[in-house]
Amino acid sequence: MRERRMPAEKSGPQDSVADMLREAEDRALVADRSDPHSPYHPGANATPGGRRRFMFGSLAVAGAVASLPGLARAKGSLGSEEHDVPADATKVPGYPLADESYGTRSQFETEVRVRFKTATPLSSWTFTPLQGSLGIVTPSGLHFERSHGGTAVIDPSKHNLFVHGMVRSPKKFSMKDIKRFPSMSRTMFIECSGNGLTEWSKPTMKTVQGTHGLTSTSEWTGVPLRTILEEAGVKPGAKWLLAEGGDAAAMTRSIPMEKALKDCFLAYGQNGEAIRPEQGYPLRLMVPGFEGNVHIKWLRRIEVSDAPFMTREETSKYTDLMPSGKAVQFSFEMEAKSVITSPSGEMTLDGPGFYEITGLAWSGRGAVRRVDVSADGGKTWRQAALQGPVMPICHTRFRLPWQWDGKEAILQSRCVDSTGYVQPTLGQVIAMRGLNGPIGSIYHLNAIQSWLVATDGKVSNVHYY
Amino acid sequence: MSTTTSASSRIAVGFLVLAASAASAWAAGGHAPYGFGTTPTESELAAFTSPLPDGRGLPAGSGTVAQGDALYKGQCASCHGDKLQGGIGDRLIGGRGTLVNDNPAKAPIKTVESYWPYATTLFDYIKRAMPQNMPGSLNDDQVYALCAYILSEAKIVPADSSMDAKALAAVKMPNRDGFIPDHRPEKFPPVAKSPHQMLGFAGPLK
Repeated sequence: MRERRMPAEKSGPQDSVADMLREAEDRALVADRSDPHSPYHPGANATPGGRRRFMFGSLAVAGAVASLPGLARAKGSLGSEEHDVPADATKVPGYPLADESYGTRSQFETEVRVRFKTATPLSSWTFTPLQGSLGIVTPSGLHFERSHGGTAVIDPSKHNLFVHGMVRSPKKFSMKDIKRFPSMSRTMFIECSGNGLTEWSKPTMKTVQGTHGLTSTSEWTGVPLRTILEEAGVKPGAKWLLAEGGDAAAMTRSIPMEKALKDCFLAYGQNGEAIRPEQGYPLRLMVPGFEGNVHIKWLRRIEVSDAPFMTREETSKYTDLMPSGKAVQFSFEMEAKSVITSPSGEMTLDGPGFYEITGLAWSGRGAVRRVDVSADGGKTWRQAALQGPVMPICHTRFRLPWQWDGKEAILQSRCVDSTGYVQPTLGQVIAMRGLNGPIGSIYHLNAIQSWLVATDGKVSNVHYY
Repeated sequence: MSTTTSASSRIAVGFLVLAASAASAWAAGGHAPYGFGTTPTESELAAFTSPLPDGRGLPAGSGTVAQGDALYKGQCASCHGDKLQGGIGDRLIGGRGTLVNDNPAKAPIKTVESYWPYATTLFDYIKRAMPQNMPGSLNDDQVYALCAYILSEAKIVPADSSMDAKALAAVKMPNRDGFIPDHRPEKFPPVAKSPHQMLGFAGPLK
């Protein structure tokens, strides 16, 4: 089991946040580079396939070394069970099937969420390891986290959802009540509006986990919020609702009633089972396409009102300060964005030849219509293939075959969504919003990402626009 | 072949008849109310506090700056600093005049004093989420007292102030008019053609 430690956040000025994140990532990379199963291990190929080839190679060596007992011991990873590794799995029985079990991943798989070590681990966040992501779904255990008062532990048999305020009949629903309503499922992304906040004024984080890891996709199952609101009967004049979590932060955000009735839902399921504790077990508000923090976890209360409540999170925190001194408030939608996940920062290409460029694209305003990829820093673009089905407000996997000639290249991806919005360059974003400090207006950075491929195959995070 | 077809047709017809006779058991979509859930008691709802900026929802009670000063030392200073300068927790005062800024090398200082638009938010947040190791442990008088103290240290209210529902809603915060609606989606200016911004690596693209 690997330990990843990140430096403590100091109570310094805002510009030290980026430095501390970078230091934290550096420490994690030291461990990755010595891990033969990591895509960041020197000699590992940039593509998942290559990574596996290397892994098998290293296992063969391990088997030969341990030939006397015929067994080698692989280092168990987080979320796995450690088993003896035979030199030849066809010559010995495997481990027996348990009468009852909850499966684990392979002991050779080492990807983990990495937490930025804020001063307290109670208000903190962890990044999804996008560098090894396959397809569009994020494994539940790797879904990014952002919590403001730790992960609440809630017995669902004692959990209630209260609906009150401007409603005809206030309601108290048990989880059993909630699950009796007609259900729905939706595969969609949630992205923290702070995703990429270190990248405003200079390339800071080295890996795609650091630059883009605060977005994840799951299939969520629950009940439409409209159903719940209709059960209580919203009174005329109601324009907003407050959603409150049952955690130590009693996290609260105001949601426009129009959005609540349009497509919000209350999720109790994630990827085919109950929602994970860190994602809000037993109940989470889902607000498709809106910034992550409004997806209130451990949902315990909805208060209907004629005005927004102006909570701390929608005044002092998730607002976007412009150079004029004015801050944009209720900037809810997550706009079209994409990133190449492989090859990406800190990977090393194993010489000229074929590589699949692959990545993720998404938009909070609709479906991904097109993704273009450039290998020359945006001078020329080629349309990538999209993995179907392409769903609105959902991670969309793109792929493009590439023949690397061994010369310096700058890889970029550019997403166009179903509204026609084109993902901007960093220069366009800064020309529009300015830079009020080293991390600008912090939230909603959705610029095109550039990865430099050097002639030695090393991939790094650069700004090129 | 034809026999098989007619046999399966007969089965299908029979099935339809059955389905029709059972139709009354199927609910139409979009049906409300379902009648699930119960009516919460007044005391259950009274446990929740969520004030609006105009003061609706603020509870009874009051507290003075002096009372807040004493409470702050015991409940808040270890995280927010003895001078409200910040520590593990956010800095609470100072920073006026730093919000207008286009210097990427200089960070704006966002505090209750410089940035928060409503004093009611202070009550709301302290009441439900502070102190972080024991949220919800302060009574309404204590929360009013802490609001009075922080607002006084921020030079927003006089040092002899007392806060209650009416007084707190009447406080005009310095950055009250500092917020604007979302202007997105944006119409971006064209991509700059030259010179390229190149940060993070040595040479131009070869």
